[in-house]
Amino acid sequence: MATYQSEEHYLASLVPPSAAGTQLGRRNFLKGTAGAAAALTLPGLLAACGSDDKSTGTSGAKASGTVTIGSYSSDAVPKKALADVFAAFDAKGTAKTKVNTVDHNTFQEQINNYLQGSPDDVLTWFAGYRMRFFAGQGLAGDISDVWDKIGGDFNDAFKKASTGDDGKQYFVPFYNYPWVLMYRKSLWSERGYQPPKTLDELKTLSATMKKDGLAPIAFADKDGWPAMGTFDILNMRINGYDFHVSLMAGKESWEDAKVRTVFDTWKGLLPDHQPGSLGRTWQEAAQSLVQKKSGMYLLGTFASQQFEGADLQDLDFFAFPEIASEHGTDSIDAPIDGFMMAKKPKNEAAAKALLEYLGSAEAEKIYLKTDPGDVGANKNVDTSGYNAVQKKAAEIIGATNNIAQFLDRDTRPDFASTVMIPALQDFIKNPNDINGLTSSIEKQKKSIFV
Amino acid sequence: MATSGAPPVVPGPLGRRAKRPHRRLVRLSRGDRITLFVMAAVPTLLVLWLVWLPGIASVVLGFFRWEGVGNFDTATWVGLDNYKNILTNYPPFKPAIEHNIIWLVALFLVPTPLGMFLAVLLDKEMRLSRFYQTALFIPVVLSLALVGFMWQLIYSPEQGLLNQITGGHTDWYGDPNINLWAVLVAVCWKQTGYVMLLYLAGLKAVDPTLREAATVDGATETQTFFRIIFPVMRPINVIVLVITFIEALRAFDLVWVINKGRNGLELISALVTQNIVGEASRIGFGSALATIMLAISSVFVAVYVRYALREEDNS
Repeated sequence: MATYQSEEHYLASLVPPSAAGTQLGRRNFLKGTAGAAAALTLPGLLAACGSDDKSTGTSGAKASGTVTIGSYSSDAVPKKALADVFAAFDAKGTAKTKVNTVDHNTFQEQINNYLQGSPDDVLTWFAGYRMRFFAGQGLAGDISDVWDKIGGDFNDAFKKASTGDDGKQYFVPFYNYPWVLMYRKSLWSERGYQPPKTLDELKTLSATMKKDGLAPIAFADKDGWPAMGTFDILNMRINGYDFHVSLMAGKESWEDAKVRTVFDTWKGLLPDHQPGSLGRTWQEAAQSLVQKKSGMYLLGTFASQQFEGADLQDLDFFAFPEIASEHGTDSIDAPIDGFMMAKKPKNEAAAKALLEYLGSAEAEKIYLKTDPGDVGANKNVDTSGYNAVQKKAAEIIGATNNIAQFLDRDTRPDFASTVMIPALQDFIKNPNDINGLTSSIEKQKKSIFV
Repeated sequence: MATSGAPPVVPGPLGRRAKRPHRRLVRLSRGDRITLFVMAAVPTLLVLWLVWLPGIASVVLGFFRWEGVGNFDTATWVGLDNYKNILTNYPPFKPAIEHNIIWLVALFLVPTPLGMFLAVLLDKEMRLSRFYQTALFIPVVLSLALVGFMWQLIYSPEQGLLNQITGGHTDWYGDPNINLWAVLVAVCWKQTGYVMLLYLAGLKAVDPTLREAATVDGATETQTFFRIIFPVMRPINVIVLVITFIEALRAFDLVWVINKGRNGLELISALVTQNIVGEASRIGFGSALATIMLAISSVFVAVYVRYALREEDNS
């Protein structure tokens, strides 16, 4: 869940953008509450109201004027980093940017209505199934011509992650970040801990940490999605990347012994996880690592946003240890964040000029200077400015064969949010009924994947 | 709007009526008729558009499978599948129903008697009663979302007031075994003031001669209240009954602010929102949930309407 700063933010989060403006002002908020009430009963009508056509794009025209950007980068660090990038684009004098920033979780939840309403010209979004879904619905703009210009700067994996089911490109990758086990160097050297290479070593290390009065693995799942990272990595370590992909695509049975093994292994690790995770946000769990109350934390390296100054220098991490030798450590979750273009942008020429700029090594360098947890998607990005975290993250991603996007980006959003979130939370509450849990997931999956 | 031509006509009939006071039957002028028509038609259309149309659309959508993208022609008819799935294949549904029922029972057992009791006390016109009245009523004015934030300060596991005082480490909002009760404390705190105000208004309206008569007949204070005052306040009792049902069914804001209605705080309204408003967009499934909620509410609405109509006939 988002930790809303105010009641207005919270209420505004309920409002479909077709009813509210993108700004969370009082007027829009009032306007929005009426819409929210109607949305509970009548989403279709609202969606239909919002889908009227705006002016058509001016393809091929020279870029000028203003380009609007819908951004979910509401946390302080990425928000500033993005603002720097847009300021640099403004300075080029091609077109002016206007950013509408919306709370991250709110933006995600509204995306459906937002894209069908009157979206900004360019918007922040994710690669993978989540991008292909909207591209397939005709809600994203084809930017294959932008890729003709920037394509040489990206390796194939990124191009594939930006391509829709129809073979056209709909996405400009900006950065990604690996999901790893993070720890504090000073604490580990003081206690003589070593990064574990196998599951058994991880368990031994956890036992030692418990004796030392630490919570071995920090854990938070109030928002519902962080536990997906644990499931993903265990699944890929035990069953491999290919099984992950087909399981997420709904092609495998969740009642398969392979999936049960994943939950069973997780059950063995749960006592080493920080208790009370369902009431904790990832920020709070990361803080426990900062305060040396926990030993390590499995999360995306964006958790480094919670580390400042000397603490950031002290942050180190390693890939989740091997479980099954045939898969080693050959897969990792490293979700790609980037930008999409609206289906019918008001200023298409400027939107494409901006996207081309965002795909450049220069734009990424500016961004990564401020946001310490991510690594650039562009293969020519200047890494000399990378801090230790970024260098190591790039190294780990580079050394891993299979890059997954994350459970909720690799599967249907309705399955991820209405089935997997409650299921994983149930598992954390009661890890003993694995058979009941997996058969319930499978039954629900069948009702969604039709 | 079409009413713009009407106001100048209004002084007309009044003036005429003043000249001819003997005439009982007043013919409506054309302007009056237009005004009346517009006054009846505009609200009717609004109600049709904002209440009936969405209501019926929800029921209809409940029989479809639709991802909420594009026109309605992308929806497929699935008959009762959504309902079948809700009842047999949707783990959060059962706890949601249970929590709504617990919510309802709690609202009846705690804030209703407590609010009534406080109203009786305040009705005694003791010193500072205005102050108490205001203090107890303030939570009602606050939105539930805001109430959620205020109680967060009390319940927060690390910095919260409650754990600081007791020295405990209870995660009041996070522990699925207790978070519903923690939330209900906040809800009852708010609801008490509302019930209190309703009963206070009711008590003020009770004819004082009834009390006098009871005193003359030698009734005790308790007897007077339960045998005379309480039955006289029947309309207030019905209103309190109805608002309690409504509050229990529409409960949503607080659990949504806390954790989006998951992990021990499932409510039907939250499930509807999770399925419809979020990225998930299981519009048909969510509409079926909303229809179930509508069906339950209709029972109480029907009871209330029947009562209201009977009252009208009696008067």
